[in-house]
This record gives sequence, C-alpha cells and structure tokens, in this order.
Amino acid sequence: MENKQSPLGYISFSIFAWIVGLLIFFPIFWMVLTSFKTELEAVSIPPSFISFDWTLENYAEVQERSNYFKFAMNSIILAVGSTLVGLVFAVTCAWAMAFNPTKRTKDALLWMLSTKMMPPVGVLVPIYLVFRDWGLLDTRFGLIMVLFLINLPIMVWMLYTYFKEIPTDILEAARMDGATLPKEIIFVLLPMAVPGIASTMLLNVILAWNEAFWTLNLTTSDAAPLTAFIASYSSPEGLFWAKLSAASTLAVAPILVIGWFSQKQLVRGLTFGAVK
Amino acid sequence: MGAIRLEKVKKSFGTLDVIPGVDLDINDGEFVVFVGPSGCGKSTLLRLIAGLEDVTDGKILIDGTDVANEAPAKRGLSMVFQSYALYPHMTVYNNIAFGLKMAGESKDVIDQKVQSAAKILNLTDYLERRPGALSGGQRQRVAIGRAIVRNPAAFLFDEPLSNLDAALRVNMRLEITGLHQELKTTMIYVTHDQVEAMTMADKIVVLQAGRVEQVGKPMDLYNNPANKFVAGFIGSPKMNFLGGELAAKHNCHEIGIRPEHLTVSTESGVIAATVKIAEHLGAETYLHVEADGLGPMTVRATGEMPLGEHDKIFLTPEQDRIHRFDAHGLALGPS
Repeated sequence: MENKQSPLGYISFSIFAWIVGLLIFFPIFWMVLTSFKTELEAVSIPPSFISFDWTLENYAEVQERSNYFKFAMNSIILAVGSTLVGLVFAVTCAWAMAFNPTKRTKDALLWMLSTKMMPPVGVLVPIYLVFRDWGLLDTRFGLIMVLFLINLPIMVWMLYTYFKEIPTDILEAARMDGATLPKEIIFVLLPMAVPGIASTMLLNVILAWNEAFWTLNLTTSDAAPLTAFIASYSSPEGLFWAKLSAASTLAVAPILVIGWFSQKQLVRGLTFGAVK
Repeated sequence: MGAIRLEKVKKSFGTLDVIPGVDLDINDGEFVVFVGPSGCGKSTLLRLIAGLEDVTDGKILIDGTDVANEAPAKRGLSMVFQSYALYPHMTVYNNIAFGLKMAGESKDVIDQKVQSAAKILNLTDYLERRPGALSGGQRQRVAIGRAIVRNPAAFLFDEPLSNLDAALRVNMRLEITGLHQELKTTMIYVTHDQVEAMTMADKIVVLQAGRVEQVGKPMDLYNNPANKFVAGFIGSPKMNFLGGELAAKHNCHEIGIRPEHLTVSTESGVIAATVKIAEHLGAETYLHVEADGLGPMTVRATGEMPLGEHDKIFLTPEQDRIHRFDAHGLALGPS
C-alpha cells in the first residue's frame, strides 16, 4: 500500500504528539518526583530534577498522620458501589432506548446529557439540605447515590451506543426461544456487550474515584474518600508540598495503574460506534 | 398440530397501514410461501404471526386458539432469521440447546434432542465450535437446528437463504424441502425470490402493499393469475403485456403472454419484431426484442438460436396460453 504521508510530515507529527503527551504527563511526573523530596527541596528554586536526596519520609509521615487505608477503602466502596448501582439502571435504560426506541428517544438522551452541563454547585444547596434532613451527610450510602446519579447519563450513553451495534434479530431469536426479558438481557445481551460494559464500568470507576466536588462537600470523616485525604494536606497552617504530593500520589496511584492496564479497552469503549 | 388462521389481521405504524387486513388459512403440515416485492409487508406479516410485532387488530388462531396477545414463546413457533441470529458467544451446542434450557428441560433430554438435531443437520462435528468459526451454510443449519429442537407447531422462515451464495442456496433449498417432507410440520417461508416460492411451496401467498393478491398452488398461480400483478410477478423472465389492436382482437384491455409461450420464426408469424439483445444460455435463449408497434418484449426459446442484434423475426403466441386483463388489471379468463 502506498503511504500518502511524506516521511517529514510523519516525523513532525510524531514529535508534536510526543510534546503534547509529555506536557500532559509532566504534572503527574512532577508530583511523583516532589513526593520523594524533603519539604525544603520541594520549594527550592531552581528546582532540582534528579540530584536530590531521595527520601520516603513523606509517605511514612502521611500514613502516620492520617489513615490512608481508611480513605482508600472509602474510595473503593464509593467508586465500585456507584458503578454497580449505576449499571443496573443504565443497562435497563439503554436496553429500552436501543431496542424499543420512540420518536422522543434521542431527545431523552440529549436531555440526560444536558444535566451534565449544569455546574454541580448550582444544586449544592438543595442536595445539601436533603442530605442534612435525611441524615445522609457523611454516609457512604448517600455518596454512592449522588455519584451514581451524576454519572448515570454517561453510562446510559455509552451502553446505548454499544447496544445499538447489537443486531435486534439475536434478541428476537432469544424471545422466540422462550427467554423472558431478564433472561434475554442476562444470557444474551450482556455477554455480547461485555467489552462495552467493561469499558463503561471502568470509566465510571475512574470518574467516581476522581470526583471531588460532592465527596468534599458531603463528607467529613466517616465516608471521606481519597479526595478528602488529599485536601486535608492543603491546610491553612501552610502548604506542605512534599507531603501533599505524597498524598496525591497515593490517591491517584491505584486508578492510574488500572487505567494503564486497561487503556486499550477504554479507548475502544470511548470511540465505539464512531467508526464501524 | 399446526393449523394457522389469520382473521382480519391489521398492522399500522402510526397512521400508516402496513397490513390493512389479511385473512388467510394455513393447513396443518402445509409449506406456505409468502412472496412479494420488497416492502410488500410479507416479513411484517410473518413477524405478526411470530409475535415479534403486536397486531393492531384482528385474530391469529393457532390450532383454534387466538394467540394475538400471547408472548412469542407461548405460541409454540420457531423462527429462522435471515441473518441467522445465532448467539455469537455460545457454542453450536448451546445455541441449539438455549430454547430447551429456557423451557427448563433436564440435561439428559437437552443432550438427546441436541444430538439428534445435529445428526439430521450434519452438525455433529461442529457442536463445540462458535458460530464465528462456521461457514454460511453451516450457520444456517445451526439456526434451523435451534428451530427443530423445540418441536414447534410451525416453522417460520424469514428469507433464510438470501445471505448465501447461489450454489449454496440451491442446496439449502433442497435441504429445507427435504426437512419438510421428513418432519411434516407446517412451514411458513418468506422470500422475494419467486423461484424459491415456485419450487418449495405447497401454497403461495402473493402480497403487494400489505394486501393478499392471490393464494394458490404454484402452478395455479402460473397458469391462472388473478391479476396483472401476480401474472407479472410469477414466472421469469416476466410476462409480456400487450395492449392496442392485439388486445382488442381478444376483447380485452390488455393481453399477457409469457416469454416461453411465444414461437419464434424467421419467416412468418403474428408479431413482427427486431432482436435487440440475444442471451445465449445453451439450454435456452432469451431474446429481448422490439416488436413493431408494440414496444419491447422478451422471448424465451428452447435450445440454441443463431440470432443476434438487428435480426428480423416473427413471434406467434400459443393461443390457449394468452391471458386477458381488463382496464383494472383483473384477469378475465379465456376468451
């Protein structure tokens, strides 16, 4: 096959892509680097790159001062919990929209997405009041509900585009074979949509893990996840860059590792339906 | 048992009447073919019988019971889809067994039924494969296997052969006919291919725009079409329709003559014509001609004919094979 791109163009595009990639990666790299410095070196100008005294004392101190694992456990429960609850609603919702569409299905989808465009702070007061009155403040259950609801539109959209690609014939065949609706979904639809469901779950776990607005505003200690753990290091007594970096590194590490190993799945999920 | 009766079955999508009201009787054990051009409603009618679409009005009786509001599985019918619609994540064995599992059959019963269906359809060696690893013909056989094991009151086929290549299609046609002779179960078969309809059916139902144009045995439809539409749709190449003086001579608006009912001569005949294109198939020759004062016609002559472009010929219709139609396109019967 003839390569339409000239070698020069190819090289310059590659260099450009690398620069963009490094720019995006640099803050994370700098954060990890800073977490191994002493507080003094962390703020020194000019900053030192590699030639500093590598130390683990920040990590030890961070663990000593606050219980990392408690926060991490909350993060896991919130991310996984909201994803599982969301999946139950999103699968049924996407099934209805993909296989039994009406004239208004597209409108409903767009409306769902439009709720994501509203700044969350706009509903902070009502939601806070509801949480206060129902005793949901600083509870995992309350946060799971909020995280599940704010990410539901994205889950429905992703699953909808996936389900659209599944031939209706196969579901009808299952119906002819005597499968009831739940069985049709569990034994036929879901196994065929495994890649789509996996990437939807993955993305939702990442979104829920990184969500900071609601987790910071609605928790204090019991249900506080890693976002609150990081925030606790930017205290009014003054910034501790190295400890903050260590805390942040600990907070993003799990999700970064998951993301790294599943990037293929994730990219496929996000671009599914774009190219047939 | 599998006698199916449709009473004033109607289907509308919004204000559009796709099926304005169909009455039809299908006897137990009959092989019925729904045939018609694309968009004539034949697939919709089949899906109404299957229960995959809800009827807007009317009754669907299977062995005397109205099932119009029953779920598909409750109707005791099996369906074979055009796209095969196999479960891609299951092995052939599990594809065939799925319906039995849903019905809650025991493992032994399932195994015995799957094995015997696989034997009938020559699939025994492929039971552990996934559909993706099968050829088109094998996939179609799996789809049929899935239909057989449920021991249905009737089989519904929705254009099952249109995804296969020509040679395989002829084979599968014979296999399905053979299967019908063996099982003696009612079969309803939808196709747009009139050759499939003619060769397989006990009874053909010709549909156009959701209406039944004619119901009858293949040769009845061929010999005595009820109207111009059926006359033109059944038979290949298409029937020639001629108006003018020739029709007036037969006391009708238009006459129809099938290409195979015209005798070709280079010396004399009723209609003078000029050959435009001659298609030599060996066993027969198709002549596309321009008849003087009558327009284009098609002739199907047996054997080889040493004719080519611009040759002058004469055509003589077989008198007792002329079909007469009135101004509304309805058949008038012999003159």
